Amino acid sequence: MLRNIRASIVILLLMTVLTGLAYPLAMTGVAGAVFRDQAAGSLLTRDGKVVGSALIGQNFADDRYFQGRPSATTDTDPADATKTVPAPYNAASSAGSNLGPTSKTLVDRVKEDVEKLGGAADKPVPADMVTTSGSGLDPHISPAAAAWQVARIAKARNLPEAEVQKLVAQHTAGRELGILGEPKVNVLKLNLALDALPKR
Amino acid sequence: MTFNGWVQIALYVAILLVLTRPLGGYLGRVMEGQRTFMSPVLAPIERGFYRLAGVDPRKDQSWWVYCRAMLIFHIAGFVLLYLLLRLQSILPSNPQDMAAVAPDLSFNTAISFLTNTNWQNYGGESTMSYLSQMTGLTVQNFLSAATGIALAMAFIRGFARTGAKGIGNFWADIVRVTLYVLLPFCIVLTLFYVWQGVPQNLGAYVEATTLEGGKQTIAQGPVASQLAIKMLGTNGGGFFNANSAHPYENPTALSNLVQMLTIFAIGAALTNVFGRAVGAERQGWALLAAMGVLFVAGVFVAYWAEAGGNPLLAAVGMDNAMGNMEGKEVRFGAPLSALFAVITTAASCGAVNSMHDSFMPLGGMIPLINILLGEIIIGGVGAGLYGMLLFAVLAIFLAGLMVGRTPEYVGKKIEARDVKFTMLAILCLPLAILGFTALAAVLPAGLAGPANVGPHGFSEILYAFASAAGNNGSAFAGLTGNTLFYNTTLAVGMMVGRFALIVPMLAVAGSLAAKRKSAVSLGTFPTDGPLFVGLLVGAILIVGGLTFLPALALGPIAEHFAMLAGALF
Repeated sequence: MLRNIRASIVILLLMTVLTGLAYPLAMTGVAGAVFRDQAAGSLLTRDGKVVGSALIGQNFADDRYFQGRPSATTDTDPADATKTVPAPYNAASSAGSNLGPTSKTLVDRVKEDVEKLGGAADKPVPADMVTTSGSGLDPHISPAAAAWQVARIAKARNLPEAEVQKLVAQHTAGRELGILGEPKVNVLKLNLALDALPKR
Repeated sequence: MTFNGWVQIALYVAILLVLTRPLGGYLGRVMEGQRTFMSPVLAPIERGFYRLAGVDPRKDQSWWVYCRAMLIFHIAGFVLLYLLLRLQSILPSNPQDMAAVAPDLSFNTAISFLTNTNWQNYGGESTMSYLSQMTGLTVQNFLSAATGIALAMAFIRGFARTGAKGIGNFWADIVRVTLYVLLPFCIVLTLFYVWQGVPQNLGAYVEATTLEGGKQTIAQGPVASQLAIKMLGTNGGGFFNANSAHPYENPTALSNLVQMLTIFAIGAALTNVFGRAVGAERQGWALLAAMGVLFVAGVFVAYWAEAGGNPLLAAVGMDNAMGNMEGKEVRFGAPLSALFAVITTAASCGAVNSMHDSFMPLGGMIPLINILLGEIIIGGVGAGLYGMLLFAVLAIFLAGLMVGRTPEYVGKKIEARDVKFTMLAILCLPLAILGFTALAAVLPAGLAGPANVGPHGFSEILYAFASAAGNNGSAFAGLTGNTLFYNTTLAVGMMVGRFALIVPMLAVAGSLAAKRKSAVSLGTFPTDGPLFVGLLVGAILIVGGLTFLPALALGPIAEHFAMLAGALF
């Protein structure tokens, strides 16, 4: 019995040092040296300031920007710490809506968003534009969702639609290795490219 | 369903099958203490472990001594993890000043990670310090996986040995599998994941100024090192709340493929270890075939349901061409979300790359069924194999009853005591799941949990206790689980699901190891052919169906028909 207790404690502590300290710290060191950008979170900067991460979506409400997917993330209510308030794209608290397929809240929300986007039964909205992602931080939209927004962006920025379309095409990534995953558009990178277009 | 979706699924299965045999060969050599190409580096470290711990790795333990060592090791692990969580606010490596984890949540979390469940009643990035993630949770990710594999090896030895008193040495088993298998693989996987975009740093959360001038706080951390063992050890506890749906925890379809492969890799390889140990690899392939049949059937239904989309949303002007996208990420879409969901629940992993709570009624029922069947479709590392072997014993017993012969499995006579212990192990799971679900469905503290109402709310409760007792850890995450009631009941469910199965299983192992092998005769029922695979699948479905069909009818099945009728809740 005593022998087992000693073995338990010694092996637990050795394993804690090995797999809980040496391993993650060594990996942090190596990863930081070999894949510096990714290890630090794939951050994007503009004029020396961090504007976000290439992997993390952010909230866009302005007509001049492509909008990402609805986000179900929340934040602590400043007035009452036991409650939460909606805070889309809160990258310090990832979450999905967890609404079931027969939820009235879900159907009402989608209906409202479809109307806002000008969709209708004969002109249905791409699914990703009106559904929340699993993380609430999805950096991507589908090419169809980007196409849906081109006319609005062109008008708000006073640009020819063809130019916006071209930019979208440049920022559309196909399936990885030709088969994996789905085609996608990175919203933040696309919007940075929009901002970088020469002023006219 | 698309052609490309099926190509991705076929590619996954093909790579897995290619990996099974070489990995099985390596795993078997490591666990029997034979030399491998890593021995020159690792053998001295291994010997150091034994010397400091005062154990003799060559000393065989009887099933009870093995079991006792395992239990004492878990008590020590629980105490350390519980203390780390309770004290994290005063310990270092806590750049976000996370408060101490509450007592009931610490209890639930410690049990959860110890039992390889990784049910999480907390969001990682809003609760845990980096030290807790690394020295608390990551360590138990390794050790609970090592324990599972060790136990499977002990059970395999029960079948492989003849007239033996012991079933191996617990300490040698966990040290070897950690040093030679889990840790080296995780080092390679960590670097791969970082390359793909998973962060690995100890810095404070990044403050970004968005293009529209808002503030965005972006959580960071040593994510990749925990992610690697989370998948390889079928633990499944996310670094972040959104788990592998979080773009930092699963940035690309390629990282997603590797995550899915590593969930199944060791579990599949263990079937091969079993086959080699009993002298015929075909015995292992037969078990894998039975798992494969159930797996592919699950993938088909889940993919079909998710690709079809939600008719209630199509009716209000949403295009269903992408399938059901609520709770899913664009980079994965319906096919990879459905495939991941089936894998993670078949394997008792519990990581998610989409929110199962928002799956279609029948799409979400498949993950639930996978868990309810006992986590034996590949299953958790080790746990899946010994779970499946228990069903194999049961199936062979049923076959023996039909023809009136003493049943034999891989040369071992299955006698009354073995079958009793097997049934005890198999019945503990439904007892914990249905008992606690019934309790939660009538008590106010239980009814306060579900976020959805109607049949879906019941599904949330059923899924929670299935996931806990099945040591899966995925959730219909709308359920508010961080309450005294759920923290306690789920923790008890997790302990029952792990230990009430392990102890009788080890007893069977001990009894089998002591038996002589009987020679193959004309009357021996072959357990390496399609007939046995069919019998095994049948036994699993009959036990699972008889036990859980009424509960499923109240949840997902009722919801499916309500949805077809256009009902909202």
